[in-house]
Formats: sequence, structure tokens, C-alpha cells
Amino acid sequence: MFEYAPAPESRDIVHIRPSYGLFIDGEFTDAKETIKTIDPATEEVLAEVGSAGPEEVDLAVRAARTAFETVWGPMPGRERAKYLYRIARIIQERSRELAVLESLDNGKPIRESRDVDLPLVAAHFFYYAGWADKLAHAGYGTKPLGVAGQVIPWNFPLLMLAWKIAPALATGNTVVLKPAETTPLTALVFADICRQADLPPGVVNIITGAGETGRLLVSHDGIDKVAFTGSTEVGRQIARSVAGTSKRLTLELGGKAANVVFDDAPLDQAVEGIVNGIFFNQGQVCCAGSRLLVQEPVAEEVLARLRTRMATLRVGDPLDKNTDIGAINSAVQLQRIRDLSEVGEQEGAERWAPPCELPEKGFWFPPTVFTGVSQAHRIAREEIFGPVLSVLTFRTPEEAIEKANNTPYGLSAGVWSEKGSRILWAAQRLRAGVVWANTFNTFDPASPFGGYQESGFGREGGRHGLEAYLEH
Amino acid sequence: MSTERLTVRKTYKLYIGGAFPRSESGRSYVINDGQGGFLANASRASRKDVRDGVTAARKAFPGWSARTPYNRGQILYRVAEMLEGRRAQFVAELRDTGLGKNAATEEVDEAIDRWVWYAGWADKLAAVLGSANPVAGPFFNLSTPEPTGVVGVIAPDSPLLGLVSVIAPAIISGNTCVVVASEPAPLPAITLAEVLATSDLPGGVVNLLTGHRAELAPWLASHLDVNALDLAGASADLTVECERAAAENLKRVLRPAESDWTADPGLTRMKAFLETKTIWHPIGL
Repeated sequence: MFEYAPAPESRDIVHIRPSYGLFIDGEFTDAKETIKTIDPATEEVLAEVGSAGPEEVDLAVRAARTAFETVWGPMPGRERAKYLYRIARIIQERSRELAVLESLDNGKPIRESRDVDLPLVAAHFFYYAGWADKLAHAGYGTKPLGVAGQVIPWNFPLLMLAWKIAPALATGNTVVLKPAETTPLTALVFADICRQADLPPGVVNIITGAGETGRLLVSHDGIDKVAFTGSTEVGRQIARSVAGTSKRLTLELGGKAANVVFDDAPLDQAVEGIVNGIFFNQGQVCCAGSRLLVQEPVAEEVLARLRTRMATLRVGDPLDKNTDIGAINSAVQLQRIRDLSEVGEQEGAERWAPPCELPEKGFWFPPTVFTGVSQAHRIAREEIFGPVLSVLTFRTPEEAIEKANNTPYGLSAGVWSEKGSRILWAAQRLRAGVVWANTFNTFDPASPFGGYQESGFGREGGRHGLEAYLEH
Repeated sequence: MSTERLTVRKTYKLYIGGAFPRSESGRSYVINDGQGGFLANASRASRKDVRDGVTAARKAFPGWSARTPYNRGQILYRVAEMLEGRRAQFVAELRDTGLGKNAATEEVDEAIDRWVWYAGWADKLAAVLGSANPVAGPFFNLSTPEPTGVVGVIAPDSPLLGLVSVIAPAIISGNTCVVVASEPAPLPAITLAEVLATSDLPGGVVNLLTGHRAELAPWLASHLDVNALDLAGASADLTVECERAAAENLKRVLRPAESDWTADPGLTRMKAFLETKTIWHPIGL
């Protein structure tokens, strides 16, 4: 092991205000109630933000409706495009500030927020900007739905905002977006970016708050479209709440992805892919490769290499440029990871984590692997949403596919083999919306993303991502 | 002395897994003609029949979805050939429901042509709905449509054209289905089942139930091995009930819409029961 000197990214670039209001109709308005957001690496309070209640949600929806009817809906696509291009450029200009803020509020390593989240956020706006005046060629019609109510999770706060807002705006809809309770800050800076871009008031409204604010938003009569990314349980509640309405719905929910390693896989690459698959963003990724399915002849070797590699992962200060694994986003999430890991041990799986020192304050969980896991174990069935890998083995390719598909989810899957025909054979049979072959956790605005079965429905990204926001 | 020949009547049963069982419940209900006269007894399917239908549909799914699109297109075209051969029978059955001769003939012709139209889509959907995605990195990246799985279908009251217009788009892409036929006019559905049974369509790809919608639809909607729902023939109240139940395993739900079954159907019904799968692979030496 190498010793590293601390290499902290400066947080001077970020100026966090003590409190933030709700962004409604182009203005920050103080909310009646507030919540606090903390830095999960230190448990220090970062700021106080508004918690929107019924009246404030209603104001935001009304502002979005007016903007839709008077400005954004009637605006020619090529003009909308230019606003989105502007936004993309300002995001690029302010990307370091946003990356640092994201790491502070979420706990993710600066290396990821800087090199993954922010470039993808800007690219997403840039990509959908170009669609705004080309909808007639996309195959989904050109008529926007109206007002979209969007609720996003805390694992990729600004990236999920981009996935929601960029296609909605490109297609001529206006939005009311609720960021996650624990990660509201980059969304509030985004509101400021909308002002810098002179985006007409009401086109984008950002209302912060907890679950109740989200519930008020998605059940509001004044919205035409609900887009939600989050847990399958909340997804079900939302699906129930829109039943009998004319609201359109897309859901991007949980997953329990299988990462299938065949005995002819390139093992070095596969081990990197396994690590990236489950430890990227502390494993708080809906498409995380949380079930490793490895073919028996190479199982021991893969596990040995995996343990060696895991021992080099650096857990700690999210703002340190050498950090691989940052803080878990909240105490609640940390507890869930701990609970399920304990269940894993109780059910008979063998737990291993490399020795690593965890900071005293903050929410931390070491990279962990469970071996001897059976399909019946809860850690093989339930989404842990943390840096915890369950390892299962298989003998035949058919068995691998059967085990991989033995889940109510179907968001993503991985397959590792040097044999082209085997890759395509497996990819064809894996019931998942994204199949990563000899790679994992790659994302691009041009590539559709979304799940089968209880991982939700609808696609975000690519031409397919326009469908959710157009009347057809 | 000549006696008038007594007609051999048909017993209308269910169509599950390629066979024609009666409802396990032993129940039936009376189907009347346009004037209110007795036409036949139809099977009144039960919850158990719904579950048997879903089991059959699930069993048929891997094989049907793994067929080449060309093969599925050929089989559906074969169905159209069989429909054409039974044209007169379908016209007669539609006239029994109260349609005039011309209207009945038009509906049958339209239904056959609709089926042919969908048959041709089998090997074109991926080209039209898929995409090669230009990602910013050294990756091959391709999106293709795939069937959702088992589709529960509440067929509309248009007894033949409406029926084929909901079945064909579900199965052409590789889904299998469990269909609740029109409640007042279910007989053409069973005749259609006879066509399907003799057209090389594997048993279980289409399962047809007759009976009371309000009784059967909620069981389909809440069944955890059903992946999607077409509520074309559901009333407003039944739609809400089914949509709520469908949320439990996040079924894809196609809500009922004002439908002119003679209009160009577009891709909507096919798209509603397709998933998009995106495959990534690195490019490199």
C-alpha cells in the first residue's frame, strides 16, 4: 500500500448561504417551514432550506402552468434550444463550484462529482438542447404535455435534475422539481443558473422539502406528468396515486443487478468492472452491480483479485482527490446498510471488508463483500444501496441467466467474457434495460436508461427519452 | 316423410394453453342476439381460469419471444389466412350480434387486414424503434425493443375488429397474453381462438377468457406474474381499480382511450408493451 498525503480540493469556490428559499416563478421565496441539510462526512449543518407545503406547491404549479401557456409552450423549438445551450454552458463554467458543493452535500468523492457527475450534467443539457428544434424527426410527435412534476433522489442530485429537466424543457414542458431532502443545494444553485441564463420565470421551479412535499407535488391536480426516480416502494405509491387520472407517469426505481463473470472473462478488467459496479458512489446507485455471479472455475481467482483490489480503495474525506469511497449520504441510509449486512451474516453468508480506518464523525461504511450467498438470502434479493457486494457462483451459462433474471427488478446487468457470441447470447437473455458487456456503470446522454419490471418504466436519455414528455 | 335436420350447436369454451377447457367453475352465462333471443351459453371464467391463463402465457413466453421476428410474422400472417377462410362464419357471427350484412362484412374485412398489417411489423419494429446511440466514448451502444412479458388484455366491445386490434399488437413483438373478451359479444373471440389454434401459433401465446369483466379484470390486474395491462375495454371505475392493483408490481398500463377501431392504429399499442434494452460494449484492440 502506498501512503498518500492529503490532497483536499478547496471549498473556497463554494459560497453556501445560511438559508435558501423556494425557487418559484423566477424568484427565491421564503418558505413557511424549513429543514436543514448537512454534510454527511462531518455531520455539520450546511444550510437551511425551505420545506414546501400545500400552498407553496400550488404556487409553483401555477407558475409553471402560466409559463407553459404564455411563454415556453408557444416558443419555437430553436429558441428553447438556445436557452438549454446557455444553461449547459453556464454549468460548464460553474462546474467546479457545483462539483465541490455536490460532494459536500452528498458525500461522494470529488473525483466522481468532478469527473463523472458534472460532465454528464452539462452534456445532458447540451444533448437535449439540440433536440428542441428537431422533435418532428424523433417519432414521438411535437406536442408537449404541459407541467411536469419531478421528484429526484439524493444519490446523483444534479445529474438526476439534468435527466429530468433537460428533456422536459426541450420538448416544451415546464417543470416543478423537488430535489431530495438531504441533497437540495446543487438544485438551488441550478435555480440561480436559470436566472443567469435569463430563462423565463416559471419555466423551472425548484421546491425543496421532504417526502410530504413530493407527495403534494405528484398528487397535485395541476400537473400533467409525473417523473420520479427513487425507491420502488415510493414508486408503487405514486403509481397508485396517479391511477384514474390522465397524468402520464415514468418511474426509475430500484435494482439488484447481476454482474456475470464467465470463466473466459478478461479477469483484470472484470475485477475493475466489479469494483466500479458496486463501489462507485458508495454503491448508492440504482443500477449498481450488487450481485456478482461468477463461474465456478474462476471464482476463487476472481475473489482473490477482488480482495486485493478492495484493499487499495481509499475511504474518507469526499473532498480529498485521492478518495475512492466517500460518505454514505445519511444516517438513515447507513442504518439500512448496516441492518441488511447484519442480516447477511445472520443468514449464513460470510462477510469480508479490508481493514480501513473510518473517520469518527460522519456516516461511513467500508467496502464489503459477502461470499457463500444463496439466492434466497435477503442480501441477494433486496437492494442494499450501499458498498456491499453479494457473490454467487454458477456452473453453466443457462444457470447464470436464470439466476441473473431471478429478481423482480430489471434495471441493469453486466456480462464479462472474451467471446463475442457468448456476450451477445447473454445480453439477449438478460432481462434488464441496460446491459453492460465488458464494462459497467457507463452513462451517456445519448444512451437510453431505464428498467424492466419493478425497476420502473420509461426511458431517460437518447431519442427514447423524449417520449415521456410528448403527447402521442 | 322428411324431417328437418337438427342443427349441431357449438359449445363455446375458454381457450387456455392451446386447449379449449370449460371454466373450472362450471359456470356459464347466456349470450343473446341483437333481438334479445338466445344465442348460446358462454363459459363464465373464474379467478382460477385467469390464473391458469397466466401460467400458460408465462410458459409460452420464452419460446415465443425467442422465435425470430420473421417466424412470428409468418405465423401471424398464417392466422390472417385462416381468418380469411372463415370469413363467412365471422360475418354470420357478427350479424348475430346485431350488425347488418354490410357492416358485418366490412368489420370482418377490416379485422383481417388489420391482422395482416400487424403481421408485417414483426421484423420491422427493431429498425423503427431501436437506435444506434452515438455516445461520447469508445463504446458500441445499441438500443433494441424487447417484449415486456405477459400482457393482460381487457378487450373492447367491438367483438372482432376491436379484439384483433388489441391482440395482434401485443403478441407480434413476442409478448404472450391473457384476454378477457367482450362481455356481451364473446362468441367471435372463441371462434378466433379456433383460428389461432390451427395457425401454428404455439399454445399459450394467446389465452382467451369469456365472462364478467368486473369479476376477471381485477385478478389480472393484481396478478404478480402479469407484466402489463391493456384496459381497452374497461369502464372508468374498473380502470381505476385495475390501475391501482397494477401498481403493486408496476405493470405497464395502457389506459382506455376513445377508440375508433377502423382508424389507423399507429404504433401506440405495440410500443406500450415493449421495453428498450440498451447494450454497451467497449471498442478497442
